[in-house]
Amino acid sequence: MKTWTLSAALRQWGTFLGLLAIVLFFAWRLPETFPTAQNFLNISQQISMLAVVAFTMTIVMVMNDFDLSVGSTASLAGIVAAALFAAGQPVWVGVSAALAVGLLGGAFNGFLVAYIGILPFIATLGTLTMFSGAAFMVSDGKTIFGRDIPAEFAGFARFGIPLDAIGLDGAKLPLMTIAAVIVLLVVWLLLEQTTFGRRLYAIGGNRVAAELAGINTRRLRLIAFGLTGLGAAVAGLMYASRVASANPTQGAGLMLDAIAAVFLGMTMGREGEPRVLATLVGVLILGILDNGLTQMNVDSYVREVLIGAIVVSAVAISAVGQRRT
Amino acid sequence: MQTLRFQGLTKAYGGVPALSDVTLSLSCGRVHALMGENGAGKSTLIKLIAGVVAADQMTVLRDGAVVPLRTAAEATKAGFRFIHQELNIVPQLSVAENVLLGHPAPHRFGAFIDWRSLEDRAASALAFLGAEHIDVRQQAGAMATGDRMLTRIASALVADAGAAEPCLYVFDEPTAALTVTESTKLFDVIARLKERGAAVLYVSHRMNEVLQICDDVTVLRDGRHVLTTQIAKTSSAEIIEAMTGKPVSDTIPGRTAPVRQRIACRLTTLTTRDQSGLDLSLAQGEILGVAGLDQGGQTAFLRLILGQGRIQKGLLEVLGGRAPKSPEQAWARGIAYVPRERRSQGLMLGMGVRPNTLFPHLGDYGFLAQKRSEVARTRTLADQVRLRFQGTEQPVGQLSGGNQQKVLFARAIAKNPKLLLLEEPTRGVDVGARAEIHGLIRTLSNSGTAVILASSDLVELCGLADRILILQGGRQVAVVDRQAMTPADLLSRIYAPEAV
Repeated sequence: MKTWTLSAALRQWGTFLGLLAIVLFFAWRLPETFPTAQNFLNISQQISMLAVVAFTMTIVMVMNDFDLSVGSTASLAGIVAAALFAAGQPVWVGVSAALAVGLLGGAFNGFLVAYIGILPFIATLGTLTMFSGAAFMVSDGKTIFGRDIPAEFAGFARFGIPLDAIGLDGAKLPLMTIAAVIVLLVVWLLLEQTTFGRRLYAIGGNRVAAELAGINTRRLRLIAFGLTGLGAAVAGLMYASRVASANPTQGAGLMLDAIAAVFLGMTMGREGEPRVLATLVGVLILGILDNGLTQMNVDSYVREVLIGAIVVSAVAISAVGQRRT
Repeated sequence: MQTLRFQGLTKAYGGVPALSDVTLSLSCGRVHALMGENGAGKSTLIKLIAGVVAADQMTVLRDGAVVPLRTAAEATKAGFRFIHQELNIVPQLSVAENVLLGHPAPHRFGAFIDWRSLEDRAASALAFLGAEHIDVRQQAGAMATGDRMLTRIASALVADAGAAEPCLYVFDEPTAALTVTESTKLFDVIARLKERGAAVLYVSHRMNEVLQICDDVTVLRDGRHVLTTQIAKTSSAEIIEAMTGKPVSDTIPGRTAPVRQRIACRLTTLTTRDQSGLDLSLAQGEILGVAGLDQGGQTAFLRLILGQGRIQKGLLEVLGGRAPKSPEQAWARGIAYVPRERRSQGLMLGMGVRPNTLFPHLGDYGFLAQKRSEVARTRTLADQVRLRFQGTEQPVGQLSGGNQQKVLFARAIAKNPKLLLLEEPTRGVDVGARAEIHGLIRTLSNSGTAVILASSDLVELCGLADRILILQGGRQVAVVDRQAMTPADLLSRIYAPEAV
C-alpha cells in the first residue's frame, strides 16, 4: 500500500528540510557573507575531500559494512606521493603509487572481511593503525613540504575554471569541486545503474540470501572495499595538494565525518539504506554547518558539540519515525 | 488447579485468519498433544497463550474462573511456561546463572551475589529433573542441546518453586534438535512434571512421540479445530487424516508427462564430512523427494548439489558435468534453489519484488541496469507464479508468506532451470498458495525440469515425488518408490531403525 502520509514524507525528507533550514538560518544571520556565490564555491572546495571519502564509504555501507581505516589510508596515500616527489619522481608516478596504495589497502580490508571473516569493525580498526604506522614509517614522522612538493601538484587545488562567462567575475569553480562531482557521478552510476551496484544492495539486504541466490558475495565485498580505499587515496592526494604538504596524520579527521555523512543520508532512505545522493546531503549539512558556525565566530569546541548533537538527533528522529511505521 | 480452558481463540493477521474460534481444554496431570500441518495455527495458538501476540478473541478459564492474559508478564504470572526449540540460554553465563536468569539472585551483605546459594538452588532444580550430571558451574554454551533444554526447564521450575499451584508447561517441537537419548531423557522429565500435577501441552510433528507420551490430542487444520480425543481411543491414521483433511490424490496434480531418459544428477558412493552412502541418480523431469527426521541433513544434501559441500569421496555429476563449486556456478549452470527459511535465507525483505526476483539473473543485463525490461520480465514471472502484489517495487516484506514464497519461485524459474532444488516450499503457506505452488512444481517437472524436493510435509512428498530418499543423520538409508505409499507408510519408513 502506498500511503503518502505527512509523517512518512517528513521522515524521508526531514533531513533534506533540515539542510534547507540550516542554509536559511545562516543566510538570515550572515546576510553579507554567507549567501554569496563565492562562499558557496568556497564551501564546495572545503567539503570536496570529505565528499570523496563519504561517497566511496557509501559503497561499503550499502553492504552493511564500513571502513574505519579511510582516514589513515588518506594520510598514507598523501605521504607516499610526497615521499616519491621528494625522491625526485614525476607527479604521475607519485599519484599512481598513492592510488595503488589506496586500492590495495582497501582490497586488503576486503580480504580480511570477506575471505577471512573478520568483522569490518575489527578488521578496519586493525588496518587503521597499520596504515597510520606505515605513514609514519615512510615519512619518518615528519611533514613533507616546501620544495619537495612539485608546483603542478600543489597547483591542482588552487586552480579553477573561471566563471566570468556566467556573470561571476573573478570567481572560479575549483578543480577540487569538479573532482568531487566526478567521483559522485561515478559512484552514483556504479551503485544505482550497474549490475555491480545492485548486487551490493542485495548483499546489504540479506547476505545469506544473496550468497544462496548465486551472488559471489566474497569477491564483491573485496572489490567494494578496494574502491573505498581508492576513494580515500584520492581524498588524501587532494588534501596534500591543498596544503602543499603531507604529514602522517592529516587524514585522521575524515573517517568519522564520512561515516556521519552516510548515516545522515541513510535517514532519507525508504528502508534506511545508504544512497550516494543522500550522502551528498549529509556532506553538505556537515560542511555548511562548519562554514556557517565558523563565520559566526562560534568557538571550535562548541562547534564540534553542535555538529555531533545535530548528527545524533537527525539519526534519532529517523529511528523513532521508523519504529512507528 | 484442575482444568485450564482456552476458549474461542481467534486471531487474524492483516485480514487473513490464522486461528478461528479454537477451544483447548487441558487437565492437570495429563499431557495434551497439539498437532497440525505447518500453517495450521499451532504457533499462533502458542503465541496467543504466551501473551506475545494480542488475540482478537480469547477467554482463559482456570477451574471456571477467568484469568487475565494479555501480556507475556500475565502469562508468566498465570504460571505458564514455554520451552521452545530455539533455546533462550545465554551461552556466556554459567548453567547456574542461566537457571536463575530473571529471578532475583541470592545476595550476601545486600550487595554481592551469593554464588554458593545460587549454585545450590540451580543444582536442586536440575536434580529434580534427574539431570545431576550437569555441572552448574560450566558455561552454558558448552553444553549439548539436550542439556540446554534441561537447563531451560530447570529455570522454569525455579520460577514455580514458591508457587502454590503447579502450572502449564508448553513444549514447542522440543525434540526437533535433540538426539534420541536426549529425547528419552526429556520424556522422563515430562513424566515427572506430570506426576507433580502440571498440565503439559506438547506440540510436535512426530507421531510416534505423541502416541508414546501424550494422553490427549487436539488437531488443528487451517486455523480451525478438527479433532480432540484421547490418544488411547485414536490411531495415527486418524490423526494424519484429521491433519491433512482430504485424500492425497485430490489435492496434488499427478504427472502428465513421462520422466525423461537424460540424467540430471548422479551421486556415486558420495561421502562428505557429514554425509555418507549417497548413491542415486535423478533423471530430467523426475521429482526426488528427500525426507528424514533431522532437517539439517536435508539442507546439507541440497547445499551439496548447490556447490557448498566438500566432497571427500565418491563422485557428484550434475547436468552432464562436475559438481558446481559455488552457488554462483550452480545458478549459472541452470540450477535454482528455494531455501528453507524464506525470510532469513531467501529474501531481501526491505527491497522490492523486482530486485528480489531478478538478483541471480542480473548478469543477463550486462553491466548497466535496464529497468524497463526488468519490470516487464518481473511482471511476466509474477503472472506465471500467480503472485498477488501491488507493483514490482513493493517491498516483499509487505507480502503474505505465500506470496513471498512465490517470489522465490519466480526467481527460481526465471531461466527455466534444468535442476530445481526446493526446501520446504510450502511451509507456512496458506492452502490456496500451497495448491498453486504444487501445481507449479508439477508443471515444471512435466516440462523436463528435474526437481529435488526436501520436505517435512509427508503429504506433499507422497503427492509429488516419484521416488523418496530417506536420510538418517546424513546417511542414505533408502530410496523408496512413491507408488502405493501413503504418508503413514512413509512416516514409519522414516522412523524405521537404521538398517545395519
